Amino acid sequence: MSYISLSDKDKKEMLEKIGVSSLDELYGCLPDDVRLRRPLRLPPALTEPELLRRFEELAAANAYPDYLSFLGAGVYRHFIPSVVDYLSSRGEFITPYTPYQPEVSQGTLQIIFEYQTLICQLTGMDVSNASLYDGASAAAEAVLMASRLNGKPKILVSRSLHPQYRETIRTYIKNLGVRIEEVGYSAGGGIDLDDLGRKLDKETGAVLVQSPNFFGVVEDLGRIGEFAHSHQALFIVTVAEAISLGVLEAPGKFGADIVCGEAQSFGLAPSFGGPYLGFMGSKKEHLRQLPGRITGQTTDIDGRRGFVLTLSTREQHIRREKATSNICTNQAWCALRATIFLETLGHDGLREMAVQNMQKSDYAADILGRIKGVKKIFGGRFFNEFVLEFSEDVQEINDFLKEKGMVGGLNLGRLYPELRSAALFCVTEAHTKEDIDRLAGHLEEALR
Amino acid sequence: MYPDNFYYTKDHEWVEVKGYMATVGITDYAQNHLGDVVYVELPAIGKQLEVHQTIGTIESVKAVSEVFSPVSGEVIETNGELNNSPEIVNQDPHGKGWIIRLKMKNKDDLTALMNAVDYEKYIEGLEG
Amino acid sequence: MIREPLIFEISDKGKRAFSCPKLDVPEKKDILKGLPVRAGIPDFPRVSEVEIVRHFTRLSQQNYCVDIGFYPLGSCTMKYNPKINEKVAALPGFLLSHPLATEDLVQGNLEVIKLLEDYLCEIAGMDAFTLQPAAGAQGELAGMMLIRACLEEMGNPRKFVLIPDSAHGTNPSSAHLCGYAVEETKSNEDGTVDLEDLTKRMNEDVAALMLTNPNTLGVFEYDIKKIARIVHAKGGFLYMDGANMNALTGRCRPGDMEVDVIHLNLHKTFSTPHGGGGPGSGPVGVKKALEPYLPIPRVEKKGGAYALNFNRPKTIGRVRGFYGNYLVVVKALAYILSLGPEGLKEIAEIAVLNANYIRKSLEKEYDLKYTTPTLHECVFSDKLQKEFGVSNLDIAKRLIDYGVHPPTMSFPLIVHGALMIEPTETESKRDLDGFIEAMKKIAQETRENPGVLKSAPHFSPVRRLDETTAARHPAVKWERER
Repeated sequence: MSYISLSDKDKKEMLEKIGVSSLDELYGCLPDDVRLRRPLRLPPALTEPELLRRFEELAAANAYPDYLSFLGAGVYRHFIPSVVDYLSSRGEFITPYTPYQPEVSQGTLQIIFEYQTLICQLTGMDVSNASLYDGASAAAEAVLMASRLNGKPKILVSRSLHPQYRETIRTYIKNLGVRIEEVGYSAGGGIDLDDLGRKLDKETGAVLVQSPNFFGVVEDLGRIGEFAHSHQALFIVTVAEAISLGVLEAPGKFGADIVCGEAQSFGLAPSFGGPYLGFMGSKKEHLRQLPGRITGQTTDIDGRRGFVLTLSTREQHIRREKATSNICTNQAWCALRATIFLETLGHDGLREMAVQNMQKSDYAADILGRIKGVKKIFGGRFFNEFVLEFSEDVQEINDFLKEKGMVGGLNLGRLYPELRSAALFCVTEAHTKEDIDRLAGHLEEALR
Repeated sequence: MYPDNFYYTKDHEWVEVKGYMATVGITDYAQNHLGDVVYVELPAIGKQLEVHQTIGTIESVKAVSEVFSPVSGEVIETNGELNNSPEIVNQDPHGKGWIIRLKMKNKDDLTALMNAVDYEKYIEGLEG
Repeated sequence: MIREPLIFEISDKGKRAFSCPKLDVPEKKDILKGLPVRAGIPDFPRVSEVEIVRHFTRLSQQNYCVDIGFYPLGSCTMKYNPKINEKVAALPGFLLSHPLATEDLVQGNLEVIKLLEDYLCEIAGMDAFTLQPAAGAQGELAGMMLIRACLEEMGNPRKFVLIPDSAHGTNPSSAHLCGYAVEETKSNEDGTVDLEDLTKRMNEDVAALMLTNPNTLGVFEYDIKKIARIVHAKGGFLYMDGANMNALTGRCRPGDMEVDVIHLNLHKTFSTPHGGGGPGSGPVGVKKALEPYLPIPRVEKKGGAYALNFNRPKTIGRVRGFYGNYLVVVKALAYILSLGPEGLKEIAEIAVLNANYIRKSLEKEYDLKYTTPTLHECVFSDKLQKEFGVSNLDIAKRLIDYGVHPPTMSFPLIVHGALMIEPTETESKRDLDGFIEAMKKIAQETRENPGVLKSAPHFSPVRRLDETTAARHPAVKWERER
């Protein structure tokens, strides 16, 4: 296939205008010893029908979508209203550039402004940026932001923070004089407040906690926030399951200084890991330390309201090595989908979805917990995920479930050695009662 | 244009001295080249500054400039007005647009600076 | 043009667009008891589906985009985004796969990752690729971390990174995030690296030179092998910013030019759409020496099946969750398979043809600071127009009146008043001529009627915006007027 729009006549005329006789001549500036003298060793070009067939084969080689799955762990399956695909697939949303020329980008800019507003409303923060790459890197950026704000070298994170978020933070801070220390979790599944109290000291720049945490447990943000602030540490909350913000109190209400997280649940399919949508908001006074692009409202010379990218002096293209982050390209189109999603679900739809997550996962935890050989560990209140401990090997149970067309909870043994016989189950509004009952039936079979 | 009693640096800062008190700002040339000032980053009161150490930064929409201290001393006052109205730096750079006041450590620091006549010659040279 | 309100301004109680099916499990009435529950979300939108569709459709009509016309944006490679790629990326097997599913259930996805890694190795001449970084900037950071990890293992991570004064801003900020201090190297008259200056600055304290080739002026670094030798002689690494790969595909490979590590931009060279600012993808390619440090997990083929390998003791770790911006990866793979080796060679050639055609057509009207031959982009400046009080900003805003998006202006910093133009290979001669005509008319207007440039644009949904007030008194969200 070719996307070249020049005819033979065009090429001839253009070469003449330039004053060369062949395309090769235009590469005269390449030294001989770097020229590639053979064709690239790649498969021959496919036409559109062949391409479609090839990718249908590749896509079909993924059996997962045929299974009834109970996986969560940072990536969630939710209903996505049809308008999200319909509107976001418009060429005017897929193919524009970054809105650096605001006069011809008001569509994108107004949508980002609405997105920023929605994030502030959901998180209780004063200001928000226009997106980051994903939840894990957003957590890392939040840690870097905290260390810029108060210069302290130590950040406390809970062990119930998503393992990938912790790994990503570690990679980012490695060469920057910042270190993280892990705080354990309690029998309830939430952060161990005693351990937190012991580890908080004057070197602590921030406390970072995920809620609902990796185990699905809702953290006591009020107490954690108090602890952090009583030691002059910043309080950072990260949210991996954004739908929870539809019903749970905004982290801002508990004094969070920075709220960040993953908004994949807002209109993005699981997509085998990306592209996703990192979000970040903060208190007003930290606005100039926020990483990422920010859109602001202003007026044009005729007095019309308009929107622009603003506070650009924080960013790499102006501040270069002193920038708040190196981020340039972000997740704008994903933020667009999230905006359509949130505005379509609306106030009542979002709450309804969130509450259904709780009702269904509570029902599931209840009937599964009654099966002989299954125990729900962690007594803490949860949103839509919970951990079950089994009397048999988790791998064998999951293999059995697979034969029945199901994907069970995430085997936690590799991530938490002390939870070797446990798995993390997720139930959302997209699961029916029949789905849950079927899972219960097969688990019972597996453990007989 | 450039007050006679001020001293000037090659980086376009001015300093007005009264006894051991030094008031520092940026010159008209500097504000003109920066464009509309949108934000001024001020240092903390009590900060000790050496000659040519960064006082803070001044931002326009598309650029950031560092402000360097012409003399050494301790920051005793910063111009809080600039938080709400950074445009004062553009409107009155030599007066209301002052940035910090220092208690000078060493009057000899002034000998390295230019007077108004030399500064005007210096910027003429830059324009050419 | 009617101004489209913000959604919050048309929101009101009683309107609803979406409902979940009725709850089918027994309802627990006190399900929220004991939890910190919000009373509601103040001012959160309540609108109908009709209002949603009209709102976003009308907003879309205020956007310029590649599907409408030309973007001569230097170093952005705003080429056409093929629609078949959108279609294949939406296949359920890709779209619905959970990244934590066991490998046996996602063999297709793992194969896609491995295929693209292998093809990028061939295109770039490297030994291994990671697709994990979400964008070019994250790729740069990862690439610098690989270098640092390797140097650390050898006993000394070193302190500095050399970056030409013509570089994109992400280069120094990425180096800084890796714990390095940045030193600028000087450019020659034609924008290429000054070898003398480089030799002077290159020592055993320098970890790497970050280079863009062709550079941001569109000039090929002719002495690239000499540059590599200077850097390697002192044990440093040569990092290449692959943003300008569109000039080279099929003609030459960075790996053959002694580059040790490179990042590519799938949303530039490999046609994945910009989406108004992202998502992109910034794969990083390395030579064997740096392969052990690549982020985990790696996709490997073991006995006919694909598997994820997390057991890589020297890895730098993760730079983000999961495996990368996967759907963007799918689109880039489709692009490569649809072009094949001839097509990939053709894109570079036509990109260079189109750029040189523009350059030749405008060299009388606009000042070309460097006269060296250029490849896929060229940089003019506003020097000739400045005499009439017109700047590159005015030219850019007037171009909007002619239906074209302005070129890149904010860099390279070494050209004052820059107009960096990269047409890409997908533009037709008609659109190129339209752009050239517009630029010529603007040059004429500069002499005869500069006022019309200074007050441009005139016909866009909004005219020049007050960016000063937006930065002085930032208003970054909607708030109800009280």
